[in-house]
Amino acid sequence: MKRRSFISKGTLGTFSAILGTDIVFGNTIPLGYKPLALQDPDPFKLFQKDSDMTVLNNKPWNIEAKAHLLDDKITPNKFMFIRNNGLIPENIDVNKWSLTIDGESVQKSKTYSLSELKSKFQQHTYQLTLECGGNGRSEFNPPAKGNQWTIGAVSCANWTGIRLRDVLEDVGIKNDAVYIGYHAADIHLSRNPEKEPISRGVPIAKAQQDETLLAFKMNGEDIPLAHGYPLRLVSGGWPASTSGKWVNRISIRNKEHDGAKMTGTSYRVPCEPVAPGEKVADEDMCIIESMPVKSLITYPKSGAMIKEGQSLNIRGHAWAGELEVSKMEYSIDFGSTWNSCTIEKPVNRLAWQHFSAKISGFPKKGYYEVWARATDSQGTGQPMLLPGWNPKGYLNNACHRIAIKVV
Amino acid sequence: MSSENEFKQQVRSLYQKLIAAFGLIAIAVFAFIYVALNPSVLQNKPEETAIITIPEVEGKIENGIHVATGFIDGTGLTEVIQNCTNCHSAKLVTQNRMTKEGWVATIRWMQETQNLWDLGNQEEAIVNYLATNYAPQKKGRREVLTDIEWYPLEK
Repeated sequence: MKRRSFISKGTLGTFSAILGTDIVFGNTIPLGYKPLALQDPDPFKLFQKDSDMTVLNNKPWNIEAKAHLLDDKITPNKFMFIRNNGLIPENIDVNKWSLTIDGESVQKSKTYSLSELKSKFQQHTYQLTLECGGNGRSEFNPPAKGNQWTIGAVSCANWTGIRLRDVLEDVGIKNDAVYIGYHAADIHLSRNPEKEPISRGVPIAKAQQDETLLAFKMNGEDIPLAHGYPLRLVSGGWPASTSGKWVNRISIRNKEHDGAKMTGTSYRVPCEPVAPGEKVADEDMCIIESMPVKSLITYPKSGAMIKEGQSLNIRGHAWAGELEVSKMEYSIDFGSTWNSCTIEKPVNRLAWQHFSAKISGFPKKGYYEVWARATDSQGTGQPMLLPGWNPKGYLNNACHRIAIKVV
Repeated sequence: MSSENEFKQQVRSLYQKLIAAFGLIAIAVFAFIYVALNPSVLQNKPEETAIITIPEVEGKIENGIHVATGFIDGTGLTEVIQNCTNCHSAKLVTQNRMTKEGWVATIRWMQETQNLWDLGNQEEAIVNYLATNYAPQKKGRREVLTDIEWYPLEK
């Protein structure tokens, strides 16, 4: 009530308002009235990101890469996208950090300290592809609400940690376990401590894969704060939202996990295809599991001008969720003809694969686009047009292309 | 007769005293319950209020854009800044495109799940601003590449 009156007074311009102590978070409200430019620290310095990265949102932080920034075989932190649903935890004390395993389907809930986790279980390192479910959202028509990711919400870094499976074995889980759901230390945008910004998970089978880690290192160093320091669940090949950051609790559920952004329309697509713009009832939306086949041309940067007769080397990465990429092609004539690229095997399951090709010549001067198309091990390829429209704008795996001019 | 009157008078005064006593008890009970439910009334604390001056929305507009937030200048800008940048960044608004219906649905979703307050009589101004300045653009099934920065690629 009082908050509302505060708001209505506020809209009259330079009004002072009385904030009673019963206004939850009232003391943080005026922050929003500072000019945003002054309020925000430099995200590139704050998170050690390259200054060519694109900030989509600063509250919460959402930052994406550009295709040419993702040229490294192993994505360094400076080019890794940030997708946060809430505010980054404040005052993290690693010495007090613990992980609790609880839920309907544990024999008995158990809590581990961080050092216990590191010493008690064997450590593994995998290179894992993490792509935001909404990567490519900006292209959907009609548009979908949310962060308008273009192509840069994907990364493939080395993650070091322990297998979630080993921890679950140590705790002891019941036969009726269906799903796991993570809980974390991040803060809801409203700063309401009762609300979790995000609490998602995966089916028990995915949780028990070799590559599903409770990670404490990224590329050999402590996980950067924005990426989940000091403990992150990493489940490669699935929407990156299943890889919970700042994890302090994992619930073993006897039903599909029902935490924040598991239900409703979040990270879900229509169970049956719909026409663009069609309304879909919540109960007709199904959870996204493995991400679809996709690729990016990371070299050259779009806009390259080459001389007539000059050949062009291209390279990039391709990935296919739980599957492998078995074929990689490029086209310089908008899909009329396709030529094959060399595609490497992944260094481990769920890691992206590197492709390259030498385009020996363009037929004449002029404007070209180089399109890339990956096909997964089940024969499913990337569409050149946008894939099936869905209300929240997920899973856009349309072919990536770059512009080339022959002069 | 007189003793009978005296008796009646005594009964009446006793009756009045009883009524008064019950009334006092009722008031006491009511007061007790009230205090129990609102413990703060007894804490005779000085009004812990802070007077906060809300700066007028910084008026600097360049090329039709409100510099501090990146919002397009237009009717309803003030209401949008004051209601839509408390919890999230203005960027979450400016990167989206929705119809009036879509913006209303988004506001309802925020009210149901994200602790957004009732926008009251400002909702119309906010929705009109958003639907006017951030309306969907037709993109078709695939857009042409734009904003290409051309550069010579040395071999």
